[in-house]
Amino acid sequence: MSAQGKSLFSRLDTTTLVLYLSLVCIGLLAVFSVEYRSTDAGIFLMHKNYMRQLVWLGISLFVGLLIVFTDSKFFSSFAYLSYTIGVLLLVVTIFAGVDVKGSHSWLGYGNVRFQPGEVCKIFTSLALSKFLSSPETNFQTLRHRIMGAAFALVPAILIILQSETGLALVYFCFFLVMYREGLPNIILIIGFSLVALTLATLLVDRLALFVIITTLAALAGYMIRRDLKRNPSARILLVGAWLICILFSQVMVPVLFKYVLQKHQIERIYSTLGQDVPDSYLKAGQKKDEKKKGNVSDYNVKQSKIAIGSGGFFGKGFLNGTSTKNEFVPEQHTDFIFCSIGEQFGFFGSAILIALYLSLMLRILYLAERQRSSFSRIYGYCVASILFFHFAINISMTIGIAPVIGITLPFLSYGGSSLLSFSILMFILLRLDSDRQVMIR
Amino acid sequence: MSLAANPRQFVIRIIFISMAAIMLLRLFFLQVVEDKYKVMANDIAIFRKVVYPPRGAILDRKGKPMLYNERVYDLLVTPATVNKSLDTNSLCDVLGITQEAFTKMLTRTRIKSGPMRKGVFIEEMSAQQTARFQENMYNFPGFEMAERFRRTYPNASAALMLGYIGEVSPEMLKKEQYASYQQGDYTGMNGLERSYEDVLRGQRGVHFLERDNFNRPREPYKGGALDTPEIAGKNLELYLDADLQALGEKLMQNKLGSVVAIDPKTGGILAMVSAPNYDPNLLRGTERTKNYSKLYRDATKPLLNRATQAYYQPGSTMKPMTALMALDVGVINPSFGYPCGGGYYACGKRIGCTHSGGGHAANLRVALANSCNAYFVHIFRLIADAKKYGGVKKGVQVWHKYCNDFGFGKPTGVDIPFEMSGKAPDTNTYNKMYNGSWNSCTMLFVGMGQGEIALTPIQLANAMCIIANKGYYYTPHFVKSIGNNPKDPLLLPYLKKHVVTHIPDTFFDVVAKGMQDVVERGTGTVARMDGIEICAKTGTVENKAVVNGQAMKMKDHSVFVAFAPRVNPKIAIAVVVENAGFGATWAGPVASLMIEKYLLDSVSGKRRHLEQKLYNANLVNRYTYAIDSAQRLRDALRRERKEEEKRIADSTARARDSIRAIRFFNKHYIKNNK
Repeated sequence: MSAQGKSLFSRLDTTTLVLYLSLVCIGLLAVFSVEYRSTDAGIFLMHKNYMRQLVWLGISLFVGLLIVFTDSKFFSSFAYLSYTIGVLLLVVTIFAGVDVKGSHSWLGYGNVRFQPGEVCKIFTSLALSKFLSSPETNFQTLRHRIMGAAFALVPAILIILQSETGLALVYFCFFLVMYREGLPNIILIIGFSLVALTLATLLVDRLALFVIITTLAALAGYMIRRDLKRNPSARILLVGAWLICILFSQVMVPVLFKYVLQKHQIERIYSTLGQDVPDSYLKAGQKKDEKKKGNVSDYNVKQSKIAIGSGGFFGKGFLNGTSTKNEFVPEQHTDFIFCSIGEQFGFFGSAILIALYLSLMLRILYLAERQRSSFSRIYGYCVASILFFHFAINISMTIGIAPVIGITLPFLSYGGSSLLSFSILMFILLRLDSDRQVMIR
Repeated sequence: MSLAANPRQFVIRIIFISMAAIMLLRLFFLQVVEDKYKVMANDIAIFRKVVYPPRGAILDRKGKPMLYNERVYDLLVTPATVNKSLDTNSLCDVLGITQEAFTKMLTRTRIKSGPMRKGVFIEEMSAQQTARFQENMYNFPGFEMAERFRRTYPNASAALMLGYIGEVSPEMLKKEQYASYQQGDYTGMNGLERSYEDVLRGQRGVHFLERDNFNRPREPYKGGALDTPEIAGKNLELYLDADLQALGEKLMQNKLGSVVAIDPKTGGILAMVSAPNYDPNLLRGTERTKNYSKLYRDATKPLLNRATQAYYQPGSTMKPMTALMALDVGVINPSFGYPCGGGYYACGKRIGCTHSGGGHAANLRVALANSCNAYFVHIFRLIADAKKYGGVKKGVQVWHKYCNDFGFGKPTGVDIPFEMSGKAPDTNTYNKMYNGSWNSCTMLFVGMGQGEIALTPIQLANAMCIIANKGYYYTPHFVKSIGNNPKDPLLLPYLKKHVVTHIPDTFFDVVAKGMQDVVERGTGTVARMDGIEICAKTGTVENKAVVNGQAMKMKDHSVFVAFAPRVNPKIAIAVVVENAGFGATWAGPVASLMIEKYLLDSVSGKRRHLEQKLYNANLVNRYTYAIDSAQRLRDALRRERKEEEKRIADSTARARDSIRAIRFFNKHYIKNNK
């Protein structure tokens, strides 16, 4: 209660604010480095993206200021309404959306455009927090679990209908929040295992994978050896899990690829991972060089890996990135912005950036856990999960360990919608945190 | 829900941390462990641009350019930026091309360099196109002009001496000498362009540029830190006098032959004409191959540098040298006379002499002035048969040594390539020719410059330098200084004074006086000029050509050698006009006019008629073409015959092989089957 006496601004969490601002500044520099040419007439050119980004930063900070001056209870009371508006916007977008680069997820007129799916993350976070924190909700019941999942899945489906699958996938991050709030362990484990197993099957050599799975199973067996002795069902579980993994990776996928999937489907799957189709999955009569051509996302990942890989330990130096500066990496000021960091500042700079993100996310988790009201806590988890999902998938795809999904790197990627919505997410959290002793329902 | 020890918050933290750890691991592998990405990034993003510095110019002795780089413009286009709004009509109008040609050229450019890169649309725009396009440039987005330099010969003269540049051929690239060249580079192919390639060319610069995803070069890589700057080629300043050269070429027009004028004090070549000459501007750019083969096929052989590559018997112009040799050997003294009555009969066969009057060979001076054949044949025999050498074979060897001293039988070492050595016979030559049995009567013609001796015009001019200088010469050369440095290492060989004989100055004086008499009252009066003491010698050279396998006597070569003034000579000159007649008729006026032009800077009005006479004369004989085409026909026939023989040999070999195969088959296969 002593905190109540201090001014509103001094109650904002300085650490989070500093991390947020440093990431935004790094983002501005990154966009600048991608666009700046030594032949430019000057630095302050309004047609350049980095200047627009600067304007968006101003707007974001202004909105942030508004949020700080808003009553913290407003957010919880506004939650369901905003969610409804968000969902409606998404529905409208399906019909009235503007086509931008093959996706139908933008609303706007003329030059002013925004992506409702981006903004709807905020509303979904608020609504989910409101729902999970409400006293009527018992998250141990299946009915309420399904309702909770629905909060995340409805926008996701609507966004999929706008053919912006990447953005839709982000909504699955809310399962992390629901896990924190009591979703059974097993769901998380199975979910993770499936994703890992699928990726591993496609990326790792079949024999090596067999060895890895078996080793993991043996390791698990050794660790729970007492249970195995006592409990026959544990034995069945372990052997069953092992068998399923082996069957999936050794039999199902090869059979699927060899006899079921068409040639172009196989190519699509592999090229989203930035990989060549293995020889064993080549259809009869398909030439090797034919498959080498690759498609767009294949090219993106390759160029992105070259850009990042050529950075070395300390990088090529600011404005010396040959790959990024000369537009070898497509979408490099938006989805592939990490390349410019990787190339110009090397492993050293990348590691610092990743450390900054990790600190921010862990700091948010810390803030969430210190909230008195569940609403604020759950909201904090929502913010951290969204950030994590974006961060993990975006960077992983640039370094070739995740499929190319068009989602932005928070605070760094160029784009008004992205920057504004992440800023709003952050500032609402900061505002809630400044009133952490207040019960918000 | 308990706020305190919820283990799941730690699970989520572990997920976050392990994801970050996986990324760091992967990044470490990508950026620190793997090296291939650096190479790949450089490969795709760095463009190595070779920058060619401007090639050095070649200036004449007064600083007038003879060969320099002319600015020409190519029209470039980036096909992708040519949009529908382009006014094709007016562009075609400006460039003077048709719509169809425009479409065709645009397609060609697009295919050649791709839609996103600049490609050449028109190579070397004409002056009119350049001017008109420049005015209207803003109307045609996507099109731009690119400046380029082209070698230009403003006087269109001295083609073979200046030489030309051409693309380095794959064979040349294999040689060590061309190690620093790449395919597509140009190098001097002939003349000074070839000899001074290293200084003219300068040093290529290598600039590293970043290029973008469309392969377009952009800004310097690392701010140009790795670049090597290009160093411009140095200029060559010549001894050559452009005006004198032009006069020489004009005088020699419609003639075959050569003029070589040398400054005896330095060995600097003042003019070198090889007639017929051609416009060197023909041998550059896109038309070069076509024009070259045209010149190559020409019956008058314009690509042969007659000044350094053609052999002529010196004829009477050899006589001053013979006189000097005889004086030095000691077989005669200046007052030695020969009672010539119109011929030389000592060897059983008459050798005619133009003069028959008594006393026309009363002493050396008079004999030189009248060019008495008998006198010089006689004194040559005196050298060859001199008692102190004990036999003609040793005597001829001494004569040969003297010839070498005068620079005969070996290249002078002039600074243009492909010089020929000429022929100065020695004892061996005659032993081979006459199977060892010969005497001074057999080969006495060489004493008057006929027979086995053959010289290039530059050797003759150089011999004049030796006489003018009284016993020394500098290797004839064109280049006075390189980049205004007369002591450039490349020029050091030409700064060396060659003292070749130790013939006393008094003998040189006698011969010079005799040569002066040639002009004053002898055979070469045509060359006389008021106020200048010219020393000269005429030559009328009998020559034969091989036509259809037979040696045929052709019209005499007209030869004239001179130096002037007698005291402190400034110019030595040798002129050959092929198959033209008397030395005094054609070569004499050429030499005289050249000397006048050089010493007095203009030709006086009194002698304009000589000039006109030469300008109007066409001395290229019809049979030159006939002989040439006959020769070509014979070559073609011979080639055909050779091919036929080869074909026959081939088919015989094939027949033999098949017989062998049948035998082998019969022996091993049929036998076994039985």
